[in-house]
Amino acid sequence: MAQAETNRRSRPKFVAYLVPLGAVGLALAIGAIMLSLLGANPVEGFRAMLDGAFGSGDALIETALKATPLLFVGVGITIAFRANVINIGGEGQMVAGALLATALALALPDLPAVVMLPTVLLAGIIGGAAWGAVPGALKAFYNVNEILSTIMLNVVAVQLMNFLLRGPMIDPGELERGTRIPQTARLQEGADLPLFFGNGRLHIGPLLAVLAAVAAYILLWRTPLGFRVRAVGLSPDAARYAGIPVKRTIVLAMTMSGAMSGLAGAVLVFGSESHRMVTDGSTVGFTGSAGFNGIVAALFGGLHPIWTIPASFMFGGLLVGGIALQRAVQVPSALIMALNGLVVVFVVASDRWKKRLQEQPARVDDTATDGPVLETAVDDGGGGP
Amino acid sequence: MSQFFTQAVLIAAVASGIRLAVPLLLASLGETFGQRSGVLNLGVDGIMLLGAFGGYYTVLKTDNVWLGLAMGVGVGIILGLVSAVISVTLKAEQGISGIGIYLFGLGMSDLLFQKLVGTPLPVSSFPKLDIPGLSDIPILGAMLFRHSIIVYVAFGLVPISMYIINRTTFGMNIRAVGENPEAADSLGVSVVRIRYLTVTIGGMMAGIAGAALAIDLGIFQQNLTNAQGFIAIALVYFGAWRPAGVMAGSLLYGFVNSVVLQFKTLGIIPRSWSDIAAMAPAIITILALVLVARRFRQPAALTKPFTRGT
Repeated sequence: MAQAETNRRSRPKFVAYLVPLGAVGLALAIGAIMLSLLGANPVEGFRAMLDGAFGSGDALIETALKATPLLFVGVGITIAFRANVINIGGEGQMVAGALLATALALALPDLPAVVMLPTVLLAGIIGGAAWGAVPGALKAFYNVNEILSTIMLNVVAVQLMNFLLRGPMIDPGELERGTRIPQTARLQEGADLPLFFGNGRLHIGPLLAVLAAVAAYILLWRTPLGFRVRAVGLSPDAARYAGIPVKRTIVLAMTMSGAMSGLAGAVLVFGSESHRMVTDGSTVGFTGSAGFNGIVAALFGGLHPIWTIPASFMFGGLLVGGIALQRAVQVPSALIMALNGLVVVFVVASDRWKKRLQEQPARVDDTATDGPVLETAVDDGGGGP
Repeated sequence: MSQFFTQAVLIAAVASGIRLAVPLLLASLGETFGQRSGVLNLGVDGIMLLGAFGGYYTVLKTDNVWLGLAMGVGVGIILGLVSAVISVTLKAEQGISGIGIYLFGLGMSDLLFQKLVGTPLPVSSFPKLDIPGLSDIPILGAMLFRHSIIVYVAFGLVPISMYIINRTTFGMNIRAVGENPEAADSLGVSVVRIRYLTVTIGGMMAGIAGAALAIDLGIFQQNLTNAQGFIAIALVYFGAWRPAGVMAGSLLYGFVNSVVLQFKTLGIIPRSWSDIAAMAPAIITILALVLVARRFRQPAALTKPFTRGT
């Protein structure tokens, strides 16, 4: 599918894709130094990590499961970024989607399984979409910087989650026992994500995420709406001149972006081991930072939905491997979070270099580069009364 | 409700609101410098976390809160310089590279804490300073003049920041670089140097903010800041890139939080509703952003990397 693109641009594009790989290499090298400083053997650590992430069938399943929310969020982030909207509200949108889906599952315990699963997944999509539409509309119509509004909505979503899971949605059993752990009761089995191979851990979540990525690719490059989204991302002024409703497109892109994260949240609940929504009072406690790490995956995938698939799988492996690393050399898996941060920094910092590599043969002007020109100028939304 | 409107409770609410505003104020004042020169540093929370751990660990080892604060300064300067390299020299997309710095700080502070400390041990906190004379004023004294030294330092930095930004050549250069870097460059102002300085100042203040938070609480734990760094960034917009506005925002945030806490302790709002009340500051900030975006314009060059000759 990415073929058509690759052909048109020939070899330099391939070279350009090595740049982010170099960024990961650099981050891992720093990780090795950090491991040595912490008194651990980096070779042993990385071997354990690789083995724990990709070394066996079970490891691959774990990695695929960990990669699933990253891929959903990453695909969503890609749609927003393509419209030049920086959505860093993945955390909040995941929580919103999960909350609506869980609430629905709790409210409608008797739905037949055939209806149940699509209903709750749709609820996840709607919850996340609503949480994304708000900052989209605020940017388009009130010039509110979306970075800030999505961050604030992350804060609001956590509090909403804490309120609901400690109050109205809490497991009645928790109240009886007096333990009051903020979690819902086990949701009905009809809402469990079906498992591959009958039993085991691998549910259909990873498949759904891959399908979502393909759908996003088709949307962005094969439909008029996708064309509008990318046109707005490349140049809002030109898009407006061409008669594209810029504001509406921005809201729509953010809504779709949120929908993807919301679905990630729902899949996290209905595909979990415990089949319930549970938190520790922070977003991270529910999402495992997937709302942020999904950004990493999206960037690493060059803001292309298809490339985001292997990127998510790799970062899923990094997260799963972190646990193995912790066990093998007694270094906290928080190291992986720190390394993820370095990867983001290096990938973004090498972006310009990558673009230069891509441009070299044709020396086309700026507007023709592959990625959107990521600038958060608020007036891009088109101010004025 | 009537329990709240007693003198003692009101005084306590105001005093604790001022205290809660301090880390936000420190971090957002620093961020104001960076944004005024055109650089958005989204990594504030990560720098705060590392500053917090550095400060906490230093106090744990030396039992000297000033050394702890100095450690916050050092950590902040280093990470501020790193941020400057990323956004000014490497011209990375600022909206995302900051998330990288945040994730790094979040992971790194947790890693160091688990590796070096393990179980949270309390450390000593800032000494209190009752301002002679002023602290004896009824009501007002207890609200405003019986705080830790760091509180006076933080609020003292507000007029200093105003003076630097509005009245000095350095401040004029900052504003010029943030509004029109090409013009500033053609007048011989080094855009790169100014941005390096402001981003480093921002990092330093974030480091101080984190250290102040940890030392004030006398404890460190994973994700201690709980996204306060992000809120500090929002407060810069809230305050329309002016130190006084930033102070007003920090105080508002501090007061709303402190009232929510008081309501919770007094049982005015049921425990379960306190989470809903805790949304208030974030929602107020969003509403304020709507108003600010209409009335004030951000520095024209904000988030735009500068390349000579374009």
